[in-house]
Amino acid sequence: MTTGYHIVVCGTLVPDPLQTLEPVQSPAGPALKNEAMLPSVLDPWAGHALYEAAHLAKSNQGSKVWLVSLGPKAKLQQLMMTIAQKAPFELVVVDGSASGFTDSYEIAKALAGAIEKIQGLDRSRLLLFGGCASASRDASVIMQMIGERLGIHDQFLGVDELKAETDGSLKIAERVEGGKYQMSVCAGPPAVLAWATGNLPEPPNNPQIGMANMRNMMPAIQKAQPAGLAASTIQYAGVEVPKQQRQTRIVKDIPAEEIAKDILNWLKG
Amino acid sequence: MEKILFLAHTQPDGTLPKVALEAASAASDLAKKISGSDLIVAVIGKNAKAAVKQFGSLAAEKFLTVSGNEFETSRYSSDVVALEAIARQAAATFVMAPTTSRFSRVLPGVCQRLEGRIDTHVSGMDVKGEQLTIQRWYYRQRMMATLSRRTRPWFLVVDSGVFEALQGTAKEVAVEEVKVSLPQDIQRTKVTGYESAASGGAETIRPDAEILLVAGAGWTKKQSDGQVHIKEAGELILNFITKNQASLGSSKSLVDQSSEGQEVLSFMTHLNQVGQTGSTPRHAKGLSTCCHGEEPHVVGWRFINDRRAINLDPNCGWAQGKADVLYVADAFEVMAKINKLQANKSLV
Ligand SMILES: Cc1cc2nc3c(=O)[nH]c(=O)nc-3n(C[C@H](O)[C@H](O)[C@H](O)COP(=O)(O)OP(=O)(O)OC[C@H]3O[C@@H](n4cnc5c(N)ncnc54)[C@H](O)[C@@H]3O)c2cc1C
Repeated sequence: MTTGYHIVVCGTLVPDPLQTLEPVQSPAGPALKNEAMLPSVLDPWAGHALYEAAHLAKSNQGSKVWLVSLGPKAKLQQLMMTIAQKAPFELVVVDGSASGFTDSYEIAKALAGAIEKIQGLDRSRLLLFGGCASASRDASVIMQMIGERLGIHDQFLGVDELKAETDGSLKIAERVEGGKYQMSVCAGPPAVLAWATGNLPEPPNNPQIGMANMRNMMPAIQKAQPAGLAASTIQYAGVEVPKQQRQTRIVKDIPAEEIAKDILNWLKG
Repeated sequence: MEKILFLAHTQPDGTLPKVALEAASAASDLAKKISGSDLIVAVIGKNAKAAVKQFGSLAAEKFLTVSGNEFETSRYSSDVVALEAIARQAAATFVMAPTTSRFSRVLPGVCQRLEGRIDTHVSGMDVKGEQLTIQRWYYRQRMMATLSRRTRPWFLVVDSGVFEALQGTAKEVAVEEVKVSLPQDIQRTKVTGYESAASGGAETIRPDAEILLVAGAGWTKKQSDGQVHIKEAGELILNFITKNQASLGSSKSLVDQSSEGQEVLSFMTHLNQVGQTGSTPRHAKGLSTCCHGEEPHVVGWRFINDRRAINLDPNCGWAQGKADVLYVADAFEVMAKINKLQANKSLV
């Protein structure tokens, strides 16, 4: 009997959140100034999905993890230097723009196509992981669209916990309104789980894992297929960074009681 | 001719979320502005027929429902089938819906089935001539785009706090129940209930609150006496949010402490986190305490206009044009005074 999960994690790079971003117009629509040069990180929620995947795979013998990334391959290669040591996975690269301004429909189509082509992927054991929202488009739509394209109708969004039960079922906690979790039990794979923060800290670097990953990463990057995104159907009328500078009034050297009164007046007003 | 389908769902207690009333007025407004368009209202839920009356004052061509026990709770496999059936029956060219956890999960899948296009977190709309443009944020509230699409159906999922809620009393309307044939494997997922994310079940997240109180990692750091005061910090914070019915937000550093095994505030979870990898709540006022105000945190304050902060450090991020007022003070002392002043008032 085959056991274990086949976990496909979708995730790509986003600009480092500490960078100042400025929109510019490019022939293909809006883009970020110096986009190719901006330092990037693995999209944070997709990163949590990857760490959860690695953890689940480790505790379920016979499991395997793939990371499917759609982004410019040269930048993905750089990104892999930082995440290759975090978790064992096989990389699948789709070469294309990782911009937030691309059309989600096209991205989902390209990613679903790449997943369909993965050799040896057992779709009956598939858990499709990703982040619950990207730090670029921030739309929370791609995972569900890929799920539909792959015919997976058990889907979960904003997942913080997944427990594989002994009967093969999956116990899942999803974020809902008011600081609550909706708890569900899913009979088993295939399922789509778009992760929020989960429960695991970022794993420490492990050079052995890094070495093993690197063996397949370079070939994966070399044989990356172009995403082949059709022209976007979005017409952008403009992109702007709002003026956010406030004139901060700094109040100091006054007793706590005075500050407390000032705050109470403000709260009432 | 545009067919504008407005979608809502009931909550587990049978009521409609407030954001549904806001999205309803946005949909109605759109129908008025696009000449010759039709508005169709649809509700799903256990007792959708009762709930749809809330929208009775809308000038809708039709009112559709999908009702029954299978639609009481929020589950992808049943919701996707029901909403697809509604959208097809309505021959919708626009689908407008509120941002809720239920619709956020399912609508992208419905859109995919209809080969449509979807934009979520819509935070503004404008119609010029016959063309709708919308506004939404990119890169986690760091830039705002104005855009339009020609492809139909175009799904628009609108954020809360953007549009005025629909006014008007409930009114009896003629309802069409949409036939939905649920596939056999619908029971693969069973919703078993709800749990509070915080240990002890303290309710600290109140999306409709006037005030957001943000707590940062400073609350758990060594203070001027060289000690940490976690218990006292917890009491001060909980006291404030209970008294003011405020919602509680957190910095990432504070909520990360639990996964790093440090002593923590038990009622604080990742769901409280505001910022780049947290939430972007909407409240009229925000008070930050013991939080440095770094950029990845402050992007989560995009929709909080009136901002104040208490921090010991006069050069913290809030001082750099991110807050309207920065009180350079010890938050332990100030919060204790606030709580005391409020307690005294309530005794009078
Ligand atoms: C990819 C990425 C994503 C991120 N996403 C987020 C996010 O979503 N949300 C987020 O918050 N951060 C995020 N961060 C982290 C962010 O950069 C900061 O590290 C974090 O916000 C710092 O939290 P803090 O201000 O609570 O803690 P600290 O930086 O430790 O600041 C504590 C503050 O408390 C003050 N203080 C201490 N004692 C007192 C007292 N008695 N009275 C008053 N003030 C006191 C200190 O002066 C200090 O300013 C992210 C970072 C990265 C790299």
